[in-house]
Amino acid sequence: MSYNPTAPDTTADRTTGEPATLPTDRRTGCPFDPPAGLTAPDDRPLRRMRYADGHIGWLATSHAAARAVLSDPRFSARYELLHLPVPMPGMEGMTQVPPASPGDFLGLDAPEHTRFRRLLTGKFTVRRMRQLAERVEGFTHECLDAMEQAGPVVDLVEAFARPVPALMICELLGVPYADRDRFQGHVATVFDQTSDAEARGAAFAAVGQFIGELVAAKRAEPTDDLLSDLTTSDLTEEELIGVGGVLLAAGLDTTANMLGLGTFALLSNPGQLDALRADPGLAEQTVEELLRYLSVADPIARAALEDVEIEGQLVRAGETVTVSVQAANRDPLKFPEPDRLDIHRRATGHLSFGHGPHQCLGQQLARVEMTVAFPALFARFPTLRLAVPPQEVPLRDRANIYGVISLPVTWDKE
Amino acid sequence: MSDPNERLRLGVDRDRCVGAGMCALTAPEVFDQDDDEGLVVLLHPEPAPGHRAAARMAAGLCPARAIILHSPDPTDP
Repeated sequence: MSYNPTAPDTTADRTTGEPATLPTDRRTGCPFDPPAGLTAPDDRPLRRMRYADGHIGWLATSHAAARAVLSDPRFSARYELLHLPVPMPGMEGMTQVPPASPGDFLGLDAPEHTRFRRLLTGKFTVRRMRQLAERVEGFTHECLDAMEQAGPVVDLVEAFARPVPALMICELLGVPYADRDRFQGHVATVFDQTSDAEARGAAFAAVGQFIGELVAAKRAEPTDDLLSDLTTSDLTEEELIGVGGVLLAAGLDTTANMLGLGTFALLSNPGQLDALRADPGLAEQTVEELLRYLSVADPIARAALEDVEIEGQLVRAGETVTVSVQAANRDPLKFPEPDRLDIHRRATGHLSFGHGPHQCLGQQLARVEMTVAFPALFARFPTLRLAVPPQEVPLRDRANIYGVISLPVTWDKE
Repeated sequence: MSDPNERLRLGVDRDRCVGAGMCALTAPEVFDQDDDEGLVVLLHPEPAPGHRAAARMAAGLCPARAIILHSPDPTDP
């Protein structure tokens, strides 16, 4: 479990003046805390950082610097302009990142990005997402029923954290109910870290093919869902399939990991969990605090299109800035006692959904899913607890989205 | 901190808006989103005293700086 070929020397910049590399090893301390060296008290909101290809760019760790970079149009999200902060599996030695494939609007700037974003934002409004709460409740209880039947001792990731958001995104995109097992199987393989690259590649292709077939079906016979709506837009077939893939990946892996890791965090902080149980009205606040405290989607990279001054520091055109969401969310200037999980605090203003024009499109859906799912889980299983010692819970410390690989839990049967 | 009794006039820039919904989430009495594009809709350009703090917070949270806080006109009684 301690295998980490890119173990960074996080002290280099202090002792020799050499740029540091991005600290990524969360395992050294508490599984919920950022890697050592990332949020160490530092009077420099931006520091020099060495990238995977040798590029000397920047690392932004303060809340103010992170917001400034992410909301400034002089910074680009285009993949081909970015240097990778750490080597990506399968992309070792790569000096240039390929441009976004059709429909992958995460890697585009305005006005191209705006074209996609405007097609989608109306489908993800606060009001629309709140109207889905009842459906989320239905899916949540289905999963809890199955969990109760199967246990005690189940893997919470497989039984609960993964299926709840998967069922909801199927419904939103318009994946037929009868097809969802097939669909979920492929998706699970794509995100399964224990499956090899070939199997994941094949599953990814299968998801693409699946969405392609689905798009064709929606075009022939539109139903009341997002993909059907999009078939009437000006998106090309390729773009449409790409958008479907982005929505699927973004909607599944992120919320699933928040549900898994969030449950682990609450079980590890019984005082906080008791407070939530005593007052379910704290659910929304708890979700915000878990988002801040866990920062599962991290980091975010941007490239300067021109010389830009950020927090008194000049970033030159062409330089990549890696924004550490974890560090920004643990900035003591913004959140007092940042390393404490405190569901009574107002964690509003955290950057876990990013900031600027790319701020998460599905954030209101994620909020509704979590606000429904966490209280329902703890209400159904009042004695829920880990079935293994906490240090044996396997962590996704080599993935883009942090979380638990599995979370064995148990409870007392009535 | 701003004076809670101070009047507040709001403006929104729908061209800048990215439809993230932070305003409708934070100050639902003041902001909404339209159903077509999810862009900001300003319900109350001069929010009631009880809603001003939320409106200011929404302006601060907006990822696209699409909410404009107008300083009260000093010549305005």
